[in-house]
Amino acid sequence: MTAPVAAPLAPTRTRVSAWAGNPWAGFLARRLGRLLVSLAVLVTLAFGMIHLIPGDPVRASLGVTAPQDLVDARRAALGLDDPIGVQYLDYLRALFSGDLGVSMSSGVPVSETIGQRLPATASLAVAAFVVVMLVAIPLGLAMAVLTRGGRRRGGELGFTATSAVIAAIPEFLLAVGLVFVFGVSLGWLPVAGRGGASSYVLPVLALALGPALLMARMVRVEALAVLDQDFVRTARAKRLPPLRVYLRHVFPNALTSTLTIGGLLLSSMIVGTVLVENVFAWPGMGMTIVSSILAKDYPVVQGIVLVYGAAVLLVNLVVDVLLAVADPRSTIREG
Amino acid sequence: MGRDQWKAALRNPVGAVAAGLLVLLAILAIVAPIIWGDAAEETDPAALSQGSTSDHPLGTDALGRDILFRVLVATRYSLGLALLATAICVGAGLILGVLPAVLGRRAGRLVTATVNLAVAFPGLLLALFFAVVFGVGARGAVLAIGLAGAPSFARLVQTNVAAVSGRDFVAAARVAGVARFRLIARHLLPNIGEPLVVNATVLAGGALLAFAGLSFLGLGVQPPAYDWGRLLGEGLDRIYINPAAALAPGVAVVIAGLAFTLLGESIAQVVGVRAVRRRQPPAMPPAAAAAPAGTDAVLAAEDLRVAFPAPGGGWTHPVDGVSLTVRRGETVGVVGESGSGKSLTALAVAQLAPDTAHVTADRLEVAGVAPLGRTGAEVRELLGTKVAMVFQDPMTSFNPSMRIGAQLAEVTRVHERQGRKPALARAVDRLRTVRVPAPERRAHQYPHEFSGGMRQRAMVAMGLMSTPELIIADEPTTALDVTVQRQVLRLLKDVQAETGAAVVLISHDIAVVGQLCERVVVMYAGHVVEELPVGALGAAAHPYTRALLASVPDLATDRERPLATIPGRPPDPADRPEGCAFAPRCEFADDVCRTRPSLAAVGPDQRAACWHPRTQPLDLALDAVTGGQA
Repeated sequence: MTAPVAAPLAPTRTRVSAWAGNPWAGFLARRLGRLLVSLAVLVTLAFGMIHLIPGDPVRASLGVTAPQDLVDARRAALGLDDPIGVQYLDYLRALFSGDLGVSMSSGVPVSETIGQRLPATASLAVAAFVVVMLVAIPLGLAMAVLTRGGRRRGGELGFTATSAVIAAIPEFLLAVGLVFVFGVSLGWLPVAGRGGASSYVLPVLALALGPALLMARMVRVEALAVLDQDFVRTARAKRLPPLRVYLRHVFPNALTSTLTIGGLLLSSMIVGTVLVENVFAWPGMGMTIVSSILAKDYPVVQGIVLVYGAAVLLVNLVVDVLLAVADPRSTIREG
Repeated sequence: MGRDQWKAALRNPVGAVAAGLLVLLAILAIVAPIIWGDAAEETDPAALSQGSTSDHPLGTDALGRDILFRVLVATRYSLGLALLATAICVGAGLILGVLPAVLGRRAGRLVTATVNLAVAFPGLLLALFFAVVFGVGARGAVLAIGLAGAPSFARLVQTNVAAVSGRDFVAAARVAGVARFRLIARHLLPNIGEPLVVNATVLAGGALLAFAGLSFLGLGVQPPAYDWGRLLGEGLDRIYINPAAALAPGVAVVIAGLAFTLLGESIAQVVGVRAVRRRQPPAMPPAAAAAPAGTDAVLAAEDLRVAFPAPGGGWTHPVDGVSLTVRRGETVGVVGESGSGKSLTALAVAQLAPDTAHVTADRLEVAGVAPLGRTGAEVRELLGTKVAMVFQDPMTSFNPSMRIGAQLAEVTRVHERQGRKPALARAVDRLRTVRVPAPERRAHQYPHEFSGGMRQRAMVAMGLMSTPELIIADEPTTALDVTVQRQVLRLLKDVQAETGAAVVLISHDIAVVGQLCERVVVMYAGHVVEELPVGALGAAAHPYTRALLASVPDLATDRERPLATIPGRPPDPADRPEGCAFAPRCEFADDVCRTRPSLAAVGPDQRAACWHPRTQPLDLALDAVTGGQA
């Protein structure tokens, strides 16, 4: 009688010990835990935002001339008269069912507004990120190879100086400059609105130029450090063609910090769309959040802050996982 | 130190320009509102929304106000608000950064975790959040930008505090019972002030740009007040009518932002080291031609020199006229203390010297190829797989991100254009040859999964992927423990016997060389000082060779006495004495030794560069030295 009982137990135990022994499982569990904590803090802050505002947010939103009963009715509709704990639970419950509330000014559900605006913002951010990667990695590697061992001091100085200056110019000023040159002076490209492929050129350029140069500098410095390492000498001792040395031996080992920087840049580019969208009248979330802040339409602001924050947290998670894949020795153990 | 750094930063052209700009902006901020304040407010109904005219060089805005005056006057408000935001940021950052050191362990961790969480979000998102909370307007924007930047500044403070609080003087203060706040005020902050000041300067530039961004969005300064960001936002609406109205405030923001950022960065850079400039060395007078090498030589070098640019100008020659011949199938050991130039000689011979090195020789032939003066592609084509290298540190000599098998197979795939599968099969076969257990499994592992000895075996296997004519092993056993050392040496010996390749073994350990080699070349300070067969080590003529031999302990060594050493140190390549470089450490040196001796025959197959060659046989337990040989 004991045999049937013991038999199903044995595989369970081995499975548990296999999971416990697997560094990947531990790493993923830790990392997902951190994501959940961060998300919880983000949601709490988005909820708390409306309560941190001094005075009555509804009164501020509707203006001083609004009749008192309208304000009271709106307060009741938003549930602002309930105890704060109840409000928080209601907020969480609504959030989990996909309900982000209703715009105070237009009465449209916030989730609907975000659904309309998100694709424009996401396509802008993704396009800019792709451009950054396509420009920065080859440029950084090429500059590292060309300037290694103190060669071409002039070229090195020119590259670092130019990239430092351009990377220091914020995207919205770059955007204004691009509008002036390509829109106003040359008339080559549209400067407002989202239409065909040509409407993407200037916003993507404005968003991508600074980060691309910044990242190219990082790739260069990192690749220079790798070029000095022993295993590159080994690769040269194998008389491999230079391109193979750079692509197979140098670049993969410069990848770690490239990924880290890439993640940081992507997060800041996602939020950077706010400014660029306002320069190019791009119908994305950035336009919406600014007009909503000005109109004191707090439910919309809450919803969009949540989306931006969640996007940033997700990018961070993806980067950490990619880092662990790229260099399993360090990341997993350190956690 | 701090004052010197600021001074040095100002001497740097970029730093000087940035500082000059900041002074100019400061003067403008004070003076402009006094002189042009009223003119900037003056509306001109006759000139609404104009382009550039003689009255208004940058045109006018929608109310007919002069753009140039408004941009100049806005300097005060823009700079003032940015500095205010920076002050809030630095203040909040300092408090958050120092708190973990003051609070208890648990509360400190909570603060650190909060800061880490906040740092994950881009500053602009935090600024938007705070702008909602504090309300739209200049006051809200100052608070928003200040607080949004606080987490990253706090992180910086934490890192610096952590670095300093590990130092001795802080530990001493702690032991002495200095109170926490006093510890921070007197011991921690003064020592991290410098990096914080530099970063606060950069931060001010960032705050200026961020503020312009918020004002541009309409979330910052509200009319009738105006700053550069506000002017930019207003100008952008009419960029087709008057581009200057948008460009002028934009340029002002960029210039001011860059001035702060570049000043901070040039201070930070002053501490860094500049790269060595690449130069061509002066031509060397050719040394007296050595005897031509036999045709069966797989390596023939005559008067090989390797020069590096010296930091203070001029050149140093770590390898200074080495002549070396290795016959086919021969095993030659090159010995010498570290700094004698033996490794660099090997690298130069294999055309692997560092980029900054300048290699010259009267004659250099490796495996029938004269590589000097050829392009890299020609050398790669000609040498191919003829020279195999085994490097000193097996831990760093493999690419950590590639599997061992792939790194071996790469040789065959590139040079013999073989497919992935046959190349990998050969890699597995060669791993088996060098006695790596379970080679199929091992080939799929990464270098960090190999032990040091296994990696060195794999390195030898890599050289065996095709049939090398010359194997250069540069200190192949130095990084390994003694039992593994023996295995690797044995392996090299077997490989040499099986393939008939010549081996050059470089080592600082004359005992290791004695175990494996037929002939020994002794190097000192970039020169060959003696060449002799291993069997003749007992009759070594050069005092340096004799000293090296005497420093090898054996079973007969008296354990009560200290181990024999060679007094003094080898000279720095930049500062070698005239004449015999060993003379300052040599007990037989006299005035003759002020002229450099050249290699001269002192016995059969034995040459030494010494004015006073020793003839008395050494009292050595030679078996101990040549132990493996017998």
